[in-house]
Amino acid sequence: MRWRPSPEALRLALPVMALAALLVSVFVMRPNVMGYNGLHLLFKLGIPIALATLAQMVIMSVNDLDLSMGSFVSFVACVTATWLVDAPLIGALMLAGAIAVYAALGMVIAARGLPSIVVTLGMSFVWAGLAVLVLPTPGGTAPGWVAAVMGARPALMPVGIAGSILIAVLAHLLIMRSSFGVLIRGVGGNERSVSRAGWSVLLARGAAYATAATFAVASGITLVGLMTSADANIALRYTLLSIAGVILGGGEFTGGRVSAIGAVVGALTLLLAGSFLTFLNVPPDWQIGAQGMILILILALRLLLVRLERRGARA
Amino acid sequence: MEAATGGAHNIRAKARTIREREMNAKTLMLTSVALAFSAVPVLADTSGARIALSNNYAGNSWRQAMLTSWETITGPAVAAGIVAEASAFTTAENQATEQAAQIQNMILEGYDAIVINAASPSALNGAVKEACDAGIVVVSFDGIVTEPCAWRIAVDFKEMGRGQVEYLAGVLPEGGNLLEIRGLAGVFVDDEISAGIHEGVAQFPQFSIVGSVHGDWAQDVAQRAVAGILPSLPELVGVVTQGGDGYGAAQAIAAAGRDMPVIVMGNRQDELLWWSEQKAANGYETMSVSIAPGVSTLAFWVAQQILDGKEVPKDLVVPFLSISQDTLDASLATTPEGGVANVEYTLEDAVAVIDGAM
Repeated sequence: MRWRPSPEALRLALPVMALAALLVSVFVMRPNVMGYNGLHLLFKLGIPIALATLAQMVIMSVNDLDLSMGSFVSFVACVTATWLVDAPLIGALMLAGAIAVYAALGMVIAARGLPSIVVTLGMSFVWAGLAVLVLPTPGGTAPGWVAAVMGARPALMPVGIAGSILIAVLAHLLIMRSSFGVLIRGVGGNERSVSRAGWSVLLARGAAYATAATFAVASGITLVGLMTSADANIALRYTLLSIAGVILGGGEFTGGRVSAIGAVVGALTLLLAGSFLTFLNVPPDWQIGAQGMILILILALRLLLVRLERRGARA
Repeated sequence: MEAATGGAHNIRAKARTIREREMNAKTLMLTSVALAFSAVPVLADTSGARIALSNNYAGNSWRQAMLTSWETITGPAVAAGIVAEASAFTTAENQATEQAAQIQNMILEGYDAIVINAASPSALNGAVKEACDAGIVVVSFDGIVTEPCAWRIAVDFKEMGRGQVEYLAGVLPEGGNLLEIRGLAGVFVDDEISAGIHEGVAQFPQFSIVGSVHGDWAQDVAQRAVAGILPSLPELVGVVTQGGDGYGAAQAIAAAGRDMPVIVMGNRQDELLWWSEQKAANGYETMSVSIAPGVSTLAFWVAQQILDGKEVPKDLVVPFLSISQDTLDASLATTPEGGVANVEYTLEDAVAVIDGAM
């Protein structure tokens, strides 16, 4: 028997190769990046982006899309930079309340069959408004323990890389290996069969949204740890970045087909693409376009791989 | 001689010494001041230096003029060998996280100085600290950063608001009702200018603000907002503004058939043109005040001077660009259509600003 890689591994191969290719190009262009310090700077902002991407991935695994991700992470950042410093207990309660709101949203969406895009788009304005209420002018400070963790310099590898690997493994175990993960991916794959098997889709969706909110809260907290302060618009671009990261990492909009490791790799690839373009001296006006081109290129390659996969299955 | 042995390293070491010197005892202050005054710009010192501009936004006429000024001044400076490179980078989405990543890339690129117009006064502090730790000189202007290791070229927006009311008190000693046009809600600059205006009204109590609208620093928005609030307002003697909204206010007031109050302008070309037409027609009198976009060139020279070893205070205040009845024609003639009145700084101007702050 010939060994054939599993479809899952094949799916993951592309984002990993894209990340490696970008990394090698950056190393060739700027050899001084290759040290500990260079990698530290290059991947520093990776942890919050990876966490936001995982949050989006959990939402996408139940066939929904969260358009409020950026403003929610911004809101969390504002709470972290103010209440979590001055009154940690109240701050923690506020964040727990935000997670509960997410769970309730998931259940409302499930119970009333609402389009998640519309609900979360509406919520994005609520979160943005709350963020401005919490922190009207930019400022605040990072809680000491967050700043200490994010500013740590582990001996073996920079905190950005170590943290990303840790997050990817934990999320993989939760979403791909646990029965909870199977359940929520099942909701995305075939809702009816999940409910016929005796599970409550309502609770499953609520749990998925709560899990996503937990990842997003972690993203906001780590972001403040890196930036040392917050403002109400700090993470707005995470909405699009997180969706692009999931797709880049081999996830799909429907069918509960997601990959936790892929999502983290996708997020880091997008992060690296920005540096890559700066090092290439691509004018800023063209950078968004160029980033889009990288995305299209990788997605085109994926389509090709999917076709190969199908041909392999037929043979 | 330093450039011959690889200037970048020496300059970074020099920047570090400056910082250490700052942190050190006050006894050193006297000697450093003396040094600064005796220092003649030595070209060889920064000829290997690379300076980057990190800009968060380019979506209005002011920012476009700012970037053009940067090019006009740094182009010849690079050609003359004063610095090796002065590239401008603008983030596409006006986001602090994006700009923090951009600054990190600049650190990796090994720039000697980074000049910043920041998306947020505090959210870039992590990245700015990282740059300082790498021995990079960081100069922020207009949108300044609060991280103590960076230099700040700040604008006294409060004074800009207060000065408007002071001017009105000069031309309208008996006072009266004012309409306030504010900028973009939630932005630091809007809060500051408005606070200054209210300070001014407290200082000159013959004025009272009877209405306030948000014009978003854009003529069309201001025109709509003013047209909307006008019917509910008593007679106005003045309109206090934040720039980019005076022409729209004038249009709305003219359309309502009211007497034209004194509208403080904001140096935009359409505002100056309208003012000069009114001045020719009926002797209309007002003033215009804003920040010159060329402040980016001041930041460039300040960075160059710091790299050159000059002792520069951490906080500099940039003067406003005011246009009066007498200077209107000259300013209008030099302002491009659709642009903003501007001043670009030379090395000598920058040295004068620095010495003035010592």
